[in-house]
Amino acid sequence: MSTVATSETTGAQPTGEKAPRSRLSDRARAERSLGWKLAGPAFIVMLLVTLYPIAYAIYLSLFSYRLTDPQSRRFIGLQNYITSLTDPLFWEAFVTTTIIVVITLVIELVLGMAIAMLMNRIVLPRRTLRTIVLIPYAIITVVSAFSWTFAASVDTGFINHWLHTLSFSQFPLDYDWFGGRWSSLTIICLSEIWKTTPFMSLLLLAGLAQVDSSLEEAAKVDGATWWQRFRRVILPNMKAALMVAVLFRTLDAIRIYDNPVIMTGGANKTTTLSMLVANETINRVEIGIGSALAVILFIIVLIVAFIFVRGFKVDLTTGGK
Amino acid sequence: MQTNLSTKTRNWMAVASIPVMIWTAIPLLWILATSLKGTDALADPTKNSFGNFWPKDPTLENYRVIFTGGASDLFNPALRNSIIVCLVATLISVILAMFCAYAISRLDFPGKKLILTTALAVSFFPVIAMVTPLFNLWRQVGLFDTIPGLIIPYLALTLPLSIWTLSAFFQQIPWEMEQAAQVDGATSWQAFRKVIAPLAAPGVFTTAIIAFFTAWNDFVFSSNLTSSNNSRTVPAALAFFTGASQFTQPTGAIAAAAVIVTIPVVILVLLFQRRIVAGLTSGAVKG
Repeated sequence: MSTVATSETTGAQPTGEKAPRSRLSDRARAERSLGWKLAGPAFIVMLLVTLYPIAYAIYLSLFSYRLTDPQSRRFIGLQNYITSLTDPLFWEAFVTTTIIVVITLVIELVLGMAIAMLMNRIVLPRRTLRTIVLIPYAIITVVSAFSWTFAASVDTGFINHWLHTLSFSQFPLDYDWFGGRWSSLTIICLSEIWKTTPFMSLLLLAGLAQVDSSLEEAAKVDGATWWQRFRRVILPNMKAALMVAVLFRTLDAIRIYDNPVIMTGGANKTTTLSMLVANETINRVEIGIGSALAVILFIIVLIVAFIFVRGFKVDLTTGGK
Repeated sequence: MQTNLSTKTRNWMAVASIPVMIWTAIPLLWILATSLKGTDALADPTKNSFGNFWPKDPTLENYRVIFTGGASDLFNPALRNSIIVCLVATLISVILAMFCAYAISRLDFPGKKLILTTALAVSFFPVIAMVTPLFNLWRQVGLFDTIPGLIIPYLALTLPLSIWTLSAFFQQIPWEMEQAAQVDGATSWQAFRKVIAPLAAPGVFTTAIIAFFTAWNDFVFSSNLTSSNNSRTVPAALAFFTGASQFTQPTGAIAAAAVIVTIPVVILVLLFQRRIVAGLTSGAVKG
């Protein structure tokens, strides 16, 4: 991992000499100033388009405020947070989101790892495999959602027909995937997995490439089984990449929105946290509550990231090996 | 390393790659198949082969519907909006990120790490959290349902990503070659044009592709910050095909529109697979 700029970057002036900070040479001072002149605009625009809305959301979340009734807007402190956190709908969305995060993460880890190991070693259709595997990454999530919705629907779909044939006519042809919570979540997760496994397997592939193959050879010579080599040699040596992949994927899955909106619209208890924010804001124009929910979602992401970075020692800046 | 794999392992791996490719290809083939079905063939297994999958009698009717027929007033403006919004957002981010990444990889100044950490952190913001405040603000300042009203939030998607990816690319450039060229008698401009620009261009180009993909994919902003053809992009418009009752069966039209917006990204992936992989992973994992 790594690539976050460190000062020993090529071409940079060596600043390691013992010159005290107060006596920067003119050249070093000019370099600092030029550095911020070049990097500053991008940094400021980035802060304006991301941190400013969040700060504004925190401010709005402290008011009772409907967009359609701006006159009666008033400060109510943390009341919106209390309302949100005691609302059963919030916890239902929280559970739904958690289920999706856990299921997709576990399956994508296993599937992504298998694909990464295949891509790492495969000889013959090497380029073709790598290209085909990458394609879902570039597909619009909404397109993937529609494709899976049409595939699973009773009238236009093929999934029921295929399962019917594969199960020797045991599977009912008129099974309604979108009729229940778990079957809906299955299709939502399938679409999510299809779309995001490529990125997962690319991150894992990059990690695999760092594993010294001579270590694996040595273990093989010593009589280690395939599973032992995988658990004792490969996994520990790519731990950094593995944790980064898990962190990226978890944070990405928490904000899931596109797939359930297109597939179920939140029916059968499939509303996720992001959908809840959108419903309050856009459909009910409850800006105060919507902002509070947005801030809560933001805090959840922060907590998860904090747990990973502190608890699992995922180092995103100086990174493992 | 590959040479010491036995022929048996090789063949086994080739076989194992088949289900992976099928798994990836099926949803794509399926949306293509659906787009080629006439209204009567959509729900009629007898008119399709492979268990209601591929139409026996493919038709381009759905493509006519979205480009010139009943759905054209929904699809054509959306396609135009998508292209404008995504290209402008990509262009602005890549230009800003280019200066930023150049400074980060070549100059020594305090705050470099802060910039990169911020870029990484904000790319995992739950984007929906930005929708509520922007929805309120845009309504007040008149940016709701306008092209600039989408371009600005799109920068939140593309700019951090561009800074991060481009910095990773620029740090791999052997910048000292510029001085070497100047020592050999090249002017600064020649050194830049003949040595640095060709080294930097692939990274800039790849970053632009990745940023464009991210913007092209957006549904959260475009479905919540737009309300008409003024600025609605394709992913959001697709969702409205379902609600609109201008034509009887929107499934085929949605599929056709989905195929149209998928073709350009698939072509980009086919052409630049290797670079895109390098761009996606270089920022996160040193490969």
